[in-house]
Amino acid sequence: MSTTNEKDWPLWEIFLQSKKGLDHKHVGSLHAADARMAVENARDVYTRRGEGNSIWAVRASDIHASRPEDQGEFFDPADDKVYRHPTFYPMPEGVKYI
Amino acid sequence: MPEKKQEALFQQAVDGEQKVEPRDWMPEGYRKNLIRQISQHAHSEVVGMLPEGNWITRAPSLHRKTILLAKVQDEAGHGLYLYSAAETLGIGRDELIDQLLSGKAKYSSIFNYPTLTWADIGAIGWLVDGAAIINQVMLTRTSYGPYSRAMVRICKEESFHNRQGYDILMTLSKGTPEQKAMAQDALDRWWWPSLMMFGPSDKDSPHSAQSMQWKIKRQGNDELRQVFIDRTVPQAEFIGLKVPDPKLKWNEQTQHYDWGEINWEEFNQVIKGNGPCNAERMAARRKAHDDGAWVREAALAHAEKKNKRNAA
Ligand SMILES: [Fe+2]
Ligand SMILES: [Fe+2]
Repeated sequence: MSTTNEKDWPLWEIFLQSKKGLDHKHVGSLHAADARMAVENARDVYTRRGEGNSIWAVRASDIHASRPEDQGEFFDPADDKVYRHPTFYPMPEGVKYI
Repeated sequence: MPEKKQEALFQQAVDGEQKVEPRDWMPEGYRKNLIRQISQHAHSEVVGMLPEGNWITRAPSLHRKTILLAKVQDEAGHGLYLYSAAETLGIGRDELIDQLLSGKAKYSSIFNYPTLTWADIGAIGWLVDGAAIINQVMLTRTSYGPYSRAMVRICKEESFHNRQGYDILMTLSKGTPEQKAMAQDALDRWWWPSLMMFGPSDKDSPHSAQSMQWKIKRQGNDELRQVFIDRTVPQAEFIGLKVPDPKLKWNEQTQHYDWGEINWEEFNQVIKGNGPCNAERMAARRKAHDDGAWVREAALAHAEKKNKRNAA
C-alpha cells in the first residue's frame, strides 16, 4: 500500500497469537531488512507485556486483499442463502437438544 | 460515481459510526488531515523520548532507572504503532522521517522544554502523559480504523507512565524540604505547557471543525483541557503541591475548576521553533538518523546477500 523506496527496509505485516489455541490477529506493521529481523522487531514493538506467544510476519507486498468497492457483489452470494442458518428451520415445541 | 455523491456516502458512513479502513474511498482532505495528525503524533512520541532519555543515566536508583528505561521504550513503540498507521494512508516511512528532519512536520510543543531536575521526569509522566491520555482516550473512538486501533494499544500502556510520574513526585514531596521544593518547581514549570498540549482554543483552532465533522476528533480542545484540570488539581493537592495559577478555584455551580489564562504567545513562539530546546531536539534526531545510516544499509546488504544465496 505504501510507497517503498529502494533504500528502505521493506514493510511487514505482523500477526500475534495471544495464547495457544487462539487465532493469530493482525496488530500492525513494521519495517525490517529480512524475516528474522521482522520477527525480532515485532517481539520488541508488539509484545512488551506478554501480549503474544507466537508471531507471524508477512511481507506486506505478499498480501492480496479483496476490494472494498466491490464489497456488495463479491459477498453477495452469502446473503440470500438463509437456509445456511439454523434459525431457518422452525423446531416444534418440546424437541430438545437440537 | 461522482465525487460529491461519494463524499456524501462517506459522511453518512462516518455519521453512522462505521470505521474507515485503508482501502475505502475517502476524501483527499480526510486523508491529508489524517496523515498530518497521525505523523505529528508519531513524531511527538519519538521526540518525546529525548527529554526523558536525558535522565536515564542519572536516575536516582537502579530501580528508577529500569522504570524510566521501560517507559521510554514504550514511547518508541508508540511512535512505531503510529508511523505504521500513517503508512496505511499511502505515505512512506522515509517521507515521514524526512518531513520531521527537514522541519516541515511539527511535533508536540511540550518536548521543546528542558528537563532540568529529576522532578521534571515525575512532572512529565504525571502531567504530560496525563494530558496525552485524555487526548488519546478520545482518539480510540476516531473514525479511521488503523489510528483507532493504535490508540487502543497505546492507552493500555499509558497508565503506567502516568503513575510512575506521580509516584516520583509523591516520593519527593514526602522528602526533605529541598526535595519538596524541587517537586514544586517542576510543577510550576510544566503546568502551563501541559495545558497548551491540548492546542489552541476551539474557536482559534484551524482544523477543529472539519476534524469533528469527520469524527477524527470527538471532543474539542477546550473540553479536554477542562477534563485534565478537573482531574489533576486534586491529585496535586493530595501530595501537597500547589498548582501555579492564582485564578484557580472550584466552581460549585459548574462543578468544574475556573482557571486563569494560557500565554498563547509563548505557545506560538515554541511552535514556530523558538522554544528553549527546539534546535537541540532536532539536532539530536538528525544525528541519530545519520548515525544509524550504516546500520540500515548493512542490514539491507546482508538481506540481499542471503536472498541471492538462497536463490542460487
Ligand atoms: Fe506515548
Ligand atoms: Fe506515555
